[in-house]
Amino acid sequence: MTFRKTGPIALVATVLVACGGGGSASHTSSDSTKSPASAVGVDLTGAGATFPYPIYSKWFADYARETSIKINYQSIGSGGGIRQLSERTVDFGASDAPMSDDELSKAKGAVMHFPTVIGAVAVTYNLPSLQTPIRLTGNVLADLFLGHITKWNDSRIKAENPGVALPATDVLVVHRAEASGTTYIFSDYLSTVSPDWAKAPGKGKELSWPVGIGAKGNEGVAGQVKQTPGAIAYVELAYAKQNNLPTAQLKNASGAYVAPSIESATAAAAGIADKLPNNTDYRISIVNAPGPRAYPIASFTWLLVYRNQTDATKAKKLKDFLHWYLHSGEGTAATLDYAPLPDVMKTRLDARVDSVSVGGAA
Amino acid sequence: MTAGVMRTQRPSARQRAVSERARSGLIRRRAVNIVMLAVLAAAAVITVLPLLFILSHLVAKGATSLDLAFFTHMPKPVGEAGGGMANAIVGTLIVIGLAMLFGLPVGVGAGLYLAENRGAWLANSVRFLSDVLNGLPSIVMGIFAWQFLVRPLGHFSALSGGVALGAMMIPMIARTTEEMVRTVPTSLREAALALGYARWRTGLTIVLRTASAGIVTGVLVSLARVAGETAPLLFTAFGNQFWSTSITQPIAALPLQIFNYAISPYDDWHRLAWAGALVLIALILVISIVARVATRARFDTGSGD
Amino acid sequence: MSGSSISPTVLMADNGSGTVVGIHGRHIGDRVYRGAITLFAVCVPLLVALVAWEIAVAGWPTFRHFGLSFLTSSDWDPVKQRFGAAPAIYGTLVSSAIALVIATPLAVGVSVFLSEFAPRWMRQPVGFLVDLLAAIPSVVYGLWGIFVLLPVLRDPVMPFLRDTLGLGKTPFFTGPAYGPSMLAAGLILAIMVLPYIASVSREVLLAVPRAQREAALALGATRWETIWGAVLPYARSGIIGGIILGLGRALGETMAVTMLIGNRQEISASLLAPGYTMASLIANEFSEASSDAHLSALMAVGFTLLVITIIVNAIARWLVWRVGGGAASKPL
Repeated sequence: MTFRKTGPIALVATVLVACGGGGSASHTSSDSTKSPASAVGVDLTGAGATFPYPIYSKWFADYARETSIKINYQSIGSGGGIRQLSERTVDFGASDAPMSDDELSKAKGAVMHFPTVIGAVAVTYNLPSLQTPIRLTGNVLADLFLGHITKWNDSRIKAENPGVALPATDVLVVHRAEASGTTYIFSDYLSTVSPDWAKAPGKGKELSWPVGIGAKGNEGVAGQVKQTPGAIAYVELAYAKQNNLPTAQLKNASGAYVAPSIESATAAAAGIADKLPNNTDYRISIVNAPGPRAYPIASFTWLLVYRNQTDATKAKKLKDFLHWYLHSGEGTAATLDYAPLPDVMKTRLDARVDSVSVGGAA
Repeated sequence: MTAGVMRTQRPSARQRAVSERARSGLIRRRAVNIVMLAVLAAAAVITVLPLLFILSHLVAKGATSLDLAFFTHMPKPVGEAGGGMANAIVGTLIVIGLAMLFGLPVGVGAGLYLAENRGAWLANSVRFLSDVLNGLPSIVMGIFAWQFLVRPLGHFSALSGGVALGAMMIPMIARTTEEMVRTVPTSLREAALALGYARWRTGLTIVLRTASAGIVTGVLVSLARVAGETAPLLFTAFGNQFWSTSITQPIAALPLQIFNYAISPYDDWHRLAWAGALVLIALILVISIVARVATRARFDTGSGD
Repeated sequence: MSGSSISPTVLMADNGSGTVVGIHGRHIGDRVYRGAITLFAVCVPLLVALVAWEIAVAGWPTFRHFGLSFLTSSDWDPVKQRFGAAPAIYGTLVSSAIALVIATPLAVGVSVFLSEFAPRWMRQPVGFLVDLLAAIPSVVYGLWGIFVLLPVLRDPVMPFLRDTLGLGKTPFFTGPAYGPSMLAAGLILAIMVLPYIASVSREVLLAVPRAQREAALALGATRWETIWGAVLPYARSGIIGGIILGLGRALGETMAVTMLIGNRQEISASLLAPGYTMASLIANEFSEASSDAHLSALMAVGFTLLVITIIVNAIARWLVWRVGGGAASKPL
């Protein structure tokens, strides 16, 4: 009788001990907050983009260490972030693509876009016989992904790569299965440089792909490419670097062949930054940016904040963080393969933070 | 019988033919018996193989990341050593505890109802709809929980995650309860009633107790499944980088953390993801063992072995 | 025994605990019990109704706009706001069918082995291991599939099936073998569905009364004949219940399938070709979808999946009813 009852009791006791034991462990571990008072509950909640998740989690961890303000960010997807922000179930959102006019009109107030870092989308491929990175133009890239070019030794690819022995392998296109900001940036670029692409499939987070197979996540795409000779795909720069994947050099708007890197991504933003009007809402695309060192497939990722905040304490915490990321956060971006904003943008954005206000009392 | 010597006659040709056929038939039947035994053993081996492959893969990739820090520390950004999944482990326990709170009574109650009212139209509908519920993608359950428990309240919570997961547990528990209760011999039930037990007491103490071993299996299998689900938690429990045990706040969970790490570009996060998966499976293992040990005293049903 | 209460004049006796239970106490207890389990049982249709209502309402604009072409068109284009779910519907049905065809014999086989042939000491641990398959998170199945299963399929399994066995001559095994395919998805689903069928089958088989087996053995049957003729028919409805549970799991699985199926919006007879499923479609696009039309289309897919689950379950039950002897058999 007693034995039968001790089992479930033991289980419950284990859970409680784990809660209590774990709780005390968090106070003694090195990354716990300094003041016990704020150990209960987070200060701000945010949701959205998956692309900047690594750098945001670093920023929020560093910020918590420095200021004891805890910000809980979860990457449920840009669309999810926009939706949660519109419903006000989170304090801020994050998106890899700017909100459309339609989405802005559905939010419960005016939403401000704050670019945080710049991502570069690398074109990666699996051609073991190549010793040097392959060179491609936007048009050739579009035709590869449209299925118009089906073999690697096609004359148009040869034209861009004189002297390189290209194999007669079939081209296998690998794209993202799920909707993503990476797809948005990539298709934005292809739509800009290729009228055929702009007609169909066009620009979007999720497309009707003419050819190819879909893999899940940047990781899935990278994995598929690594395993399939002849594959070509697009991935965030960080994945290409971490997986040691070869990346293509793309011809940019100024005619130079540029490889994707942190510097070339920042250069893309710099090329646009000084041309921005004073009242820009920062929902800008920087694909095919001008400038000799600019990488053509680059884009911002944004934090989304309501201009009119309802809670004064949260508004202050939010603004403090926004200032912080512009001053301190940007400095650590490169350590995780993210391109920081050009300085001229940082200054302007810093001033823009002050536009976030609290609408009246309570 | 006359007590005399029975004269054994030589079997006639026809008798010999019949016994030949019987013997060769017997040989064939015995051969079939052995062949089927081999086939079944092969099925058992093939079934267990993927588990062993996957577990060994997980161990190879993730075991090195399992240290004390893993179980006691919060997640750290990439590149910083010593991060852990303590909050996710506790979060998973809390969320599946809540799921059990919702799913177990409804599942067992529904199963009892189905077993005791077999022909009624309501019972048939419930049985049918329970199977339909089982077929819904987990993300639809998550969306449903978001619509009813997150949106009106304005924030994420462990509770909404528990409800989504609990709803997913119901079909398996109900089905197992019904099947196991049906196997309880009517004679047992009638004996209890004849002794003066009320129907409710018979149902709860005699019938359930007899069927409990099988029901526990059903509960554990459904618990194992929901413990590893990511999609329903994305919009309900949401996840939490920090320590939290409150059920009305967002909470961390192992599958969420595993997913975040697995889709990242960094190798040490991948290793943490595998380690997290190992811990999750080990967690289920421990819960299963404890549950089975706790109910083992009721095992002697007297049937089927 | 249906719900008739026992005559109070007969049972006023001591119920063993020393107290005489009054008539009123017994009736109230019974009523509360019956009320409670009915309440719990009713929760199930209530839940399904709520979910169905919610996704039906959200998906209605899509149905109204596209009509039947939503179910027959293969054109899924979020940019142009054109939505046709036919490839996803096809993929869901085919991948689930493959999963069940592979998993059922294995699951029933291992259950029979454990309950009939295996020595007692093997029963608990191996049964435990099989149940543990359900504990592996689906994302882990997907990752393992990508890194272990797909390379094995790409080379040597698929070329073996297509070329060496000559199955490539049939329309079911044609085309290049990239790896991600309907076959890969079906295989991983089979592994994921196994524990459901196996655990229910095992428990039901263990509960078959010893008398059944002994009777058959006494008549001279071999072990196998006992199982086939006396034990399995007795456990049949329970096993089928397990299969239906597995079917439900297969229809709704998202994560692992989307990592292995190739996510191509195309209907192809070949198992080596990539495909798509409804659950994957919803999971892939829901996080990022923010336009009303897109969200509505996804909810419409969810509703379609619900309807298909209902239809498939209804067909399964009808088949079982037929197999079980038609009107003469008990309800499933």
